[in-house]
Amino acid sequence: MRQKRAYWLWLAAILLLGGGWIWLTRAPQSVRSGPPPAPKEGFSAPDFTLQTLDGKSVSLGDFRGKVVLVNFWATTCHPCRAEMPTMERVYEQERDKGFVVLAVTAEPSAEAVRAFVQNYGITFTVLLDKNAKVSRGYRVYGTPTSFFVDRRGVIRWVVFGGPMSEALIRSKVETLLKEKP
Amino acid sequence: MLPYIQIGPATVQLPGLVVLVGLWLALELTARFAERVRVSGDLAVNAVLWGLGVGVVAARLGYALRYLDAFLQSPGSLFSLNPQTLDPTLGAIGGLLAAWEYARRKKLPLRALLDALSPGVLLFAFFLAIAQLLGGSAYGMPTKLPWGIELWGARRHPTQIYAAVLTLAALGWILRAGRAVRGDGTLFLQTVGLLAAIRLFVEGFRGDSVVIAGGVRVAQLVALVVLLVVWWLYPRWSGGNGGSR
Repeated sequence: MRQKRAYWLWLAAILLLGGGWIWLTRAPQSVRSGPPPAPKEGFSAPDFTLQTLDGKSVSLGDFRGKVVLVNFWATTCHPCRAEMPTMERVYEQERDKGFVVLAVTAEPSAEAVRAFVQNYGITFTVLLDKNAKVSRGYRVYGTPTSFFVDRRGVIRWVVFGGPMSEALIRSKVETLLKEKP
Repeated sequence: MLPYIQIGPATVQLPGLVVLVGLWLALELTARFAERVRVSGDLAVNAVLWGLGVGVVAARLGYALRYLDAFLQSPGSLFSLNPQTLDPTLGAIGGLLAAWEYARRKKLPLRALLDALSPGVLLFAFFLAIAQLLGGSAYGMPTKLPWGIELWGARRHPTQIYAAVLTLAALGWILRAGRAVRGDGTLFLQTVGLLAAIRLFVEGFRGDSVVIAGGVRVAQLVALVVLLVVWWLYPRWSGGNGGSR
């Protein structure tokens, strides 16, 4: 009898305390509204403006409504070199659907970057982060580091290290392209 | 937050390393604890390793099936080391089925095996919380409390530390309760119940919750359902006098 009473008391405690806590700790509007900028999945991608090899200024915010892969790389990094042709292939096939690659490098020599771009036949946008300010802002501790940004400007996946497989890039880009702007 | 450490030319991802160390220590603990419920430590560890191995393969195959076109265009990607191309749900199902099949073939008593795994599960959960702290995931809501931590542009509840401390306390409880373990699966039920209660509590401070209407957090609802399942199963497994008897 006593055991049976304890059994039902446990149920009452679970429902009252658990249900009460769920009600008390409902997510406030700040959690439900748009995330603030931070280099993390679920947050808005921090905006930046950098120059291309031709000296043209490009901002991440210019591509709102498109799917953006922000890739931090270096010419001396082996996995970066390995994933460049893969990114180029996917970019060639998907750019008409709204896919953009912004390859950001903190390389001090623009000439080395230019030679690399020509050598690898890269057609996507390469940006020079001369004082590494953007790389630091994105907390890039090692290259390559890649951020998949959706059409609303929210970071959906971060890939540390590499090389990324072609299927990884395709599957993530495919998922984001299917989403409504 | 410390997502990387630089060792010479190599950049090591610290959260991943902590998860691996946690797995290793959890297996060590399982091997030692299993003897208390008269289950071979080696067989218990093997069941986990089989589950992990098959789980990883199932997770990759599941992901490849979901994105078949992408994998047909680059079949070599099936063997890539990218953890981002894994399907966690199918991985968990595949892993559990493999571990269960291994236990069945080796004639391991299932509930005793679950009891044997209990402290290891909690120890692993503790290391997972530490890995989340290092990687800055599972972060909390902004707070003005003095013990808040600076993360992602705000002072936030250290939800990872809340989870780690509570999980460690739960481990202490389970190790104590484990002195009189009977191998009937109730130690495992206590473990699941404690983990669900911790999630229910800590989720209330999280800043990355998936929410439904009215701001109710989905993970808390799931945790509450898990607690109710534990409440329903406990007297049935312990042979006690449940409400329906």
